[in-house]
Amino acid sequence: MSVLSLILLHPDDNVLVCVAAVGAGEAMSIDGEVLAAPEAVAVGHKVARRALAVGDKVMKYGAPIGSMTRPVARGGWIHVHNMKSDYIATHTRQTIHEEGH
Amino acid sequence: MLEGYLRADGRKGIRNVVLVAYLVECAHHVARRIVDTIDDPDVQLIGFPGCYPNAYAAKVMRAIATHPNVGGIVLVSLGCESFDREGLRETVEASGRPVETLVIQEVGGTRATIGAGLAAVERVRAAASAAVRVPMAMEELVVATICGGSDGTSGITANPAVGRAFDRLVADGATCLFEETGELVGCEGVMADRAVTPELGREIVACVEKAENYYIVMGFGSFAPGNAEGGLTTQEEKSMGAYSKSGSSPISGIVKPGDRPPSGGLYLLDVVPDGEPRFGFPNISDNAEIVELIACGAHLTLFTTGRGSVVGSAIAPVIKICANPDTARRLADDMDVNAGRILEGAATLAEVGDEIYERVLEVAAGRRTVSEDLGHQEFILTYKAFDPIGPSCLPLSAGGAR
Repeated sequence: MSVLSLILLHPDDNVLVCVAAVGAGEAMSIDGEVLAAPEAVAVGHKVARRALAVGDKVMKYGAPIGSMTRPVARGGWIHVHNMKSDYIATHTRQTIHEEGH
Repeated sequence: MLEGYLRADGRKGIRNVVLVAYLVECAHHVARRIVDTIDDPDVQLIGFPGCYPNAYAAKVMRAIATHPNVGGIVLVSLGCESFDREGLRETVEASGRPVETLVIQEVGGTRATIGAGLAAVERVRAAASAAVRVPMAMEELVVATICGGSDGTSGITANPAVGRAFDRLVADGATCLFEETGELVGCEGVMADRAVTPELGREIVACVEKAENYYIVMGFGSFAPGNAEGGLTTQEEKSMGAYSKSGSSPISGIVKPGDRPPSGGLYLLDVVPDGEPRFGFPNISDNAEIVELIACGAHLTLFTTGRGSVVGSAIAPVIKICANPDTARRLADDMDVNAGRILEGAATLAEVGDEIYERVLEVAAGRRTVSEDLGHQEFILTYKAFDPIGPSCLPLSAGGAR
């Protein structure tokens, strides 16, 4: 079941979207190849379709949704810790708290 | 064929509500007590809290008070606030609706005004109940969409499913509205390509750039912590998901809060104020946007959510479409449609799109939505400033917005 946990939204995308939770080490399928998930991924989150380097555009829906700030391996989780907006900074509960808003 | 309550101005409503409107926060308690005492789901509380004048708020209140779902209104004023209560009363009266005004300082205070208000609502409700239902064409229906509490599932289930429903509604001749240019940052290029004229395309790009600049000044994008927890990482990622609610029809124009689209088709509502940022965040919460969509004539709103919003609205029913299957189970009693089934392989995008389309027709015919049954009647209106829309914004209409 978990092998079918990732979907590709657009052929140009370099991320896949998780549609059923994957635990660390569980099998997941990327472009037909089954590999062990390097870390847990929750529903709605993204994983790298291929290895990405710092500065690479992240493509989802066939459109750029931001840039990598840290490298990620194929199958790795992509989120606020390793990518950023090209438009306007993202705030999480933690950053809102730290900045004293 | 739909049916609607025929109003004297020829417009047709899918509900027949009586409003009690406070015209400043100082009159809020009295108005709320009147509504609570009457305890009728079709007698609803709205209002504007500010004492200072604001042309935007006055325009939205006039549009709301003469909305086709509204059968009559009771205005509750403290007495010294600057809201143009006489102008609002005249607008409602000219629309052929019953309207009564209560001024707390003249009636004699809280208790006396609550008593007078109960009697005023009874009179207005009696007059409003005389409204007759007549056949209503799809061309007369206005449907809006909004997303709230989005997560990584919103953009792959509920939002594109609403887009499918929108495509069917637009093909039927209905008017469809989507909004929140701050949540379209990053989509301006693809969106401009769908505009019916190149000039409108440039207006679309300009209005998204305005939103981006406004949000940068505010220090926050339209992105809440829960969005990130749900798997969304950036504003433009959220935007691409939100954008799919608009479907694939050509974009016929841009309107601003209180403008009515001139004819059927798909319209973008520009919710971000013009000029220097003055009054704070463009829309402080989802219901502020819903109120603006209603002010543009929306009979009902399609609300997609991943994290799980529970809101409804005064005046116009809200149909809630849940994107995330886990949320759909946890908040089952708050959702009208479970689009999360798409992720579990239990339904296709096209099937859920058809279900939303059918539900629109049922709710327009009188079926109560989940949020209506639960008593949700949220309403919020704050300060804003807008310039009129430019000549390129409604290229298919010689007369501009209605």
